[in-house]
Amino acid sequence: MHILAISGSLREGSYNTALLRAAADRLPPGVTVTFYDHLEQVPAFNEDRVAERPEPVDRLWDAVAEADGVLISTPEYNSSIPGVLKNALDWLSRPLIESPLRNKPAAVIGASTSMFGAVWSQAETRKVLGAIGARVLDRELPVPSADEQFDEAGRLVEKEVEQELGSIVHALVEAIEARAVTLARS
Amino acid sequence: MSTVTASERLAGQWRFAPVHSAAEFAVKYVVAKFRGSFGELDASLNDGVLSGSAKVASISVKDQNLYPHLQSPDFFDAENHPEIKFRSTNIDIQGDRVELDGELEIKGNTQPVHATGTVEGPVADPMGNTRLGFTLETKIDRTEFGLNWNAELPKGGKALSDEVVLTVELEFHKVS
Repeated sequence: MHILAISGSLREGSYNTALLRAAADRLPPGVTVTFYDHLEQVPAFNEDRVAERPEPVDRLWDAVAEADGVLISTPEYNSSIPGVLKNALDWLSRPLIESPLRNKPAAVIGASTSMFGAVWSQAETRKVLGAIGARVLDRELPVPSADEQFDEAGRLVEKEVEQELGSIVHALVEAIEARAVTLARS
Repeated sequence: MSTVTASERLAGQWRFAPVHSAAEFAVKYVVAKFRGSFGELDASLNDGVLSGSAKVASISVKDQNLYPHLQSPDFFDAENHPEIKFRSTNIDIQGDRVELDGELEIKGNTQPVHATGTVEGPVADPMGNTRLGFTLETKIDRTEFGLNWNAELPKGGKALSDEVVLTVELEFHKVS
């Protein structure tokens, strides 16, 4: 089983990337993770270029297609999805009928330095993933005050956050297993 | 003039005629009714019990990006639930009027439904077939079947109605 982890923040010291690393530590044995770190190269979405699919988009498309599930961690900019993440999802949605996200199990978590923990950004990312046709978990992990949530080694300091993160990650693994059963049956 | 009962009119085995049949849905989206149809249908009428199914993948709508969304977990979840199914539990016919009760399964959820409409036939056609035709309509609450997607309109209210009108036209040819 393979999971693609996408951080909606490009910052080197990103709390959302740290949250994805913490999530990866909680995956059961046998599950591999790729941290997608080429989001910055994805150009601005242009429907005129959908057919040609620029190379950085092609790379992202293939990474999603090869994964059994997707885990996204998003910050929140101006009460919504960061442009870089929304841009990537827009590319992944055209042509919609061919999107590698269709029926793909997906979970969304998020961290922000505010007191709300990117809760609106997560909700909107779930909405967008649903519109693309992903099998989106109805779960969220708002991690507020993100600058206080990690120790120097990048580990989560709050046990409750750690447990909830583990629970969501396991729910994603279960959704991937359930889909594998469906696909094997068809 | 003798009275023909419902069970006499529907008795025996009937073969479905898909070319002469249709299944459509209509749902209010903001202000206007949005319509779609199911292209692949199957049905049977055996000794007064009407059964039918429709392939979710065969949905036809006028928006190429809506089609994949309807197939997705937000709506029908075609990957897990590729068919819609129906089976009648009671058919009452008075003249050409039909009152039909049955169970409808969508997205793995089965709910009782009541449909009304008309029946024509049995009629002998020039090719030697005996034909029977139904036109039926029912209203369902899509959220009772797990089709819960909606969107808040910017100035309040929901974009999509929960109530969906289902209309079917079914033709059968008598086998025995």
